[in-house]
Amino acid sequence: MLAWTVYISFIGVLVLMLLPAGRARLARIVALLAALIGLGIALAAIFQREPDAGIETITQRAWIPGLGINYFLAVDGISLTLAVLTGVAAVVGILFSWNVEHRVKEFFAFYLALIGGVYGVFLSFDLFLLFVFYELAIIPKYFLIAIWGSTNKEYGAMKLALYSFVGSAMVLIGIVAAYVVSGAKTMNLVELAQYSFPASFQHWAFPLVFVGFAILAGLWPFHTWAPTGHVAAPTAASMLLAGVVMKLGAYGALRVAMTLFPEGLAEWRYAIGLLAVIGIVYGATVALIQKDFKFVIGYSSVSHMGFVLLGLVTINTIGLSGAVLQMFSHGIIAGLLFGVVGRMVYDRTHTRDLPLLEGLGLGRALPFAAGTFAVAGFASMGLPGFSGFAAEFQVLLGAWQAFPTFAVLAGFGILVGIAYTLRVLQKAFFNEAVPSPEAQAHPLPPISVPERLGAVILLGATLIIGIYPNLLLDLIGPSFSSHLFDRLLREGRPF
Amino acid sequence: MVELLAWLVLFLPLLSVAAITIFTRGNAARSGAISITAVVFSFICGLVLFYALPESSMGMPIQIPWLSIHDQGLGLDLHVDIGLRLDHLSLPMILIVTGVGSLIHIYSWGYMKGDPGFARYFACLSLFTFSMLGIVLADNFLMMFIFWELVGVSSYLLIGFWYERPSAADACKKAFLTNRVGDFGFLVGILLTWATLGSLNFRDLETRLNVHSVEFSAVATAVGLLIFCGAMGKSAQFPLHVWLPDAMEGPTPVSALIHAATMVAAGVYMLCRVFFLLNVDGSQALQVIAWIGGITALMAALIAVQQNDIKRILAYSTLSQLGYMVMAVGCSGPVPAMYHLTTHAFFKALLFLGAGSVIYGLHHEQNIWAMGGVRRKMPITFWTFTFGTLALCGVPPLSGFYSKDSILAQAIKDHHYGLFVLGVVVALLTTFYMFRLFYVVFKGRPRTEAAEHAHESPSVMLWPLFILAIFSIAGGLLGIESLYARHFEAAVAGTEPGFWDRLLEPFNEQLLAASFGVLAVVFGWLWARSLYRNKAVDPLPEKLGWWSQLLRNKFYIDEFYENVLIPCTQDALARVADFIDRWIIGTFAVRGTANVTDVAGRLLRMLQTGSLQMYAFLLVAGVAGVLYWVLGK
Repeated sequence: MLAWTVYISFIGVLVLMLLPAGRARLARIVALLAALIGLGIALAAIFQREPDAGIETITQRAWIPGLGINYFLAVDGISLTLAVLTGVAAVVGILFSWNVEHRVKEFFAFYLALIGGVYGVFLSFDLFLLFVFYELAIIPKYFLIAIWGSTNKEYGAMKLALYSFVGSAMVLIGIVAAYVVSGAKTMNLVELAQYSFPASFQHWAFPLVFVGFAILAGLWPFHTWAPTGHVAAPTAASMLLAGVVMKLGAYGALRVAMTLFPEGLAEWRYAIGLLAVIGIVYGATVALIQKDFKFVIGYSSVSHMGFVLLGLVTINTIGLSGAVLQMFSHGIIAGLLFGVVGRMVYDRTHTRDLPLLEGLGLGRALPFAAGTFAVAGFASMGLPGFSGFAAEFQVLLGAWQAFPTFAVLAGFGILVGIAYTLRVLQKAFFNEAVPSPEAQAHPLPPISVPERLGAVILLGATLIIGIYPNLLLDLIGPSFSSHLFDRLLREGRPF
Repeated sequence: MVELLAWLVLFLPLLSVAAITIFTRGNAARSGAISITAVVFSFICGLVLFYALPESSMGMPIQIPWLSIHDQGLGLDLHVDIGLRLDHLSLPMILIVTGVGSLIHIYSWGYMKGDPGFARYFACLSLFTFSMLGIVLADNFLMMFIFWELVGVSSYLLIGFWYERPSAADACKKAFLTNRVGDFGFLVGILLTWATLGSLNFRDLETRLNVHSVEFSAVATAVGLLIFCGAMGKSAQFPLHVWLPDAMEGPTPVSALIHAATMVAAGVYMLCRVFFLLNVDGSQALQVIAWIGGITALMAALIAVQQNDIKRILAYSTLSQLGYMVMAVGCSGPVPAMYHLTTHAFFKALLFLGAGSVIYGLHHEQNIWAMGGVRRKMPITFWTFTFGTLALCGVPPLSGFYSKDSILAQAIKDHHYGLFVLGVVVALLTTFYMFRLFYVVFKGRPRTEAAEHAHESPSVMLWPLFILAIFSIAGGLLGIESLYARHFEAAVAGTEPGFWDRLLEPFNEQLLAASFGVLAVVFGWLWARSLYRNKAVDPLPEKLGWWSQLLRNKFYIDEFYENVLIPCTQDALARVADFIDRWIIGTFAVRGTANVTDVAGRLLRMLQTGSLQMYAFLLVAGVAGVLYWVLGK
């Protein structure tokens, strides 16, 4: 059933392409419908799933038998969590791009293709298939930014595409090498993960594949695509970029690099942990003095994704589940922040310059946007009651076991995170400025119904998980006891 | 039944938040009514629990699993519950929070009348009550931390309630950030505790501490100090005290409830809650805590002497009293600390509400030198305020005398003679600055138009003053101390002391402390009387010279933070990181790679001349080269 999340997205692409030009409204409805069905399927799968089900095969068919490549879709708690995230992000992204008027049909076609690819990555348990979906997700992203983007869009799109492809190339080399070295003639991830690759091989294959994936997760110092890419992207694309595409990288790093090469991980974990912590503190610090509203959120994404990477290399269940929970949480919260900045503010004021926004009195002109951003900001700074706290707290606990110093530094990063969030909150919304008489004569268009809906969905998601994190943790935690992670949890940690 | 009541106490205010934000945002009166009803009912549930809870069910766990992770490899489990703990520490505290809270909610109805944000105000107030009750009831560190942060948020929202005033917007940011600096230490302390003892639940920790006392004693000092960081932020201890005076930018009832009676006491409460972790052999934490408390008490009392804003004087007085409480904890006396916390909640809430009444009556005038002669215009406010002042100064037999005395006695008992002397000096200063306020505001002649036409506040604001005044007067005779003692000390055999015993107890127990306490009050009063009776300007600046300047500017600590510390750390760090990102990574590495590729492309393009002869020549040259390399060697 869950496989239909992928199919329905691509069916949506087909339908959209067949629609007559000029039927913008219909195109939007088709896209929304496809996304809603996808989300519905993912949610239904959560309710059907038994807690200790392990890896459940959805479909497995020979694809290129000669090379041992299968069309193998399966699901565990981690995939499921991220599939739900994708569903939520997809629906809300469409709600937030209800006002796109330029080449609507193509916009949503690319959009759904991206979503389909992302679902595919999260559900593939065959390395080759996973890679195919991974590439499939990158291409539409380029077009979304290059055609519908704003500031410096060609540059941003090209930078993102180049980074992605360099990462993919690294991953591909690693995967092929693993395939050859194992000699098992299979691309099945679970089977490959049982094979003990020679230590000397893991020594270079691990960083190659891990970094190849983690580039997309904003690993410092390969993060510079993120701020420019986010700034250039149209609202929905930056929501997806922060919401799910960055998760692809982290997911790949966990699912492929770490499970295949645990000994390599054991060697490199300290270095990667260090890069992750640098990313956390550095991203937050740079965000402190940005003048462009979207740059602030872009760098904050780098900072929050640092928690995911830090959680991954702790290699204990607490840190790992924290990392996965953080993927979910950041997807929701960053999506919301970008939604407010890109759709609610930028589309109305046509500026993202904080000093300019400071004079507009947005707190009074757009109270809904201000309120939403305030709550999202609280969520983003890791306040209890929102999903980010449960996730980051777990990562810190896990990290404390593995490297206490890093845990303390990461905690310091949270502190800086509060400083920049409060700063933008005051600058953009809550200050003494009142709308000028001229602005009062031409009030900004009110927040539309789709925007409100989208904001409420995301706020609800982060609140529900924040108030009762066991909803997702009961899915995520047991996943680490499946075969796939045996070697990781055994050999990954040197103690 | 007990469980239901306990959950009701906690969640009624949250229900009110939800109801107001979802349904009655637009309706001021209804929102206020919901909020007041919620906190009053919460208080009633608390009362029922307080009187009806059998001794046997004290401290029984009431839990809902919240976050659970199992790690088979490390044998480390993470189980955190949302759990409530009812005992002799939390139950009285619930009554303080909801009781004083109820009065202040009702008072706000009058004070905030006509404010466009009336509904928002009450929603925030309910949110605060909910979070504060969460801290009080928490049975584990994580839950305490969760509500700790929520309290920080509600305080942020309430300080910045009038966010269109730049001073309020800055103050709320400052309060939140300063608190989070302390919480950073608190969080690390929690992590360290969990890593050493393997649990976050207070009860488990207590039992595990007995088993793993050796492992723990190695980190005990660090844990103690880190946890104290949290208290330092919330209870505004030096050097994180800077936010509290600025927090007076919020509405006055908020100052009374949050920044005087309850939230700032959360740090002290937390220290008492985890006192077993601080009071460990080999831990030096208590020493540090005692001295930080003492320093805060003295510093704040000194600053209060030269402030001219009525709310700021009270704010520094709060700081100073919090210093007392923290000092008491440091002198191994959680019971005196909680005792003083309780009485302080009564009389400081009273003083703030009284100040609010004065401010309200004088059309939002806060400078004490612009008042004068308020006594005749606002008699009820005057009398209640007087009793609050006497209680704060520690005049027997008012409540403040007993609790302050128990702290001074504790200092002697714990052989902290230096702190005892300091405590007496602070008591003297307290009396001095309070009577300075008293003479300047209430006595003499009206000095301004506003003071001339002051009017008494409406009765909805006066009733809370009455009730608080009664508790401020009689608080020392209600047996509050023995209530807390039951939590910290094994049950004391013997009969409950009678009324006369309680009245005279300080003199029987520790005559030295009691007599010095009384002497400090007398001298402080005489000093203030001689200087400030019937004065229109402050005579002190002339006498003190630059000292007065130093005190008025709060020892220049805020200036130091704003002009030295923050630019040197946060701003510098941000600039460096931005420089790295823009120039080193962005330009040098990324563009550099791009440029190298570009240049390589351009160079290679030169070879593509399109001239056939050239290609043929290169081909032959290449072949020749290869042949030479292969054969020639």
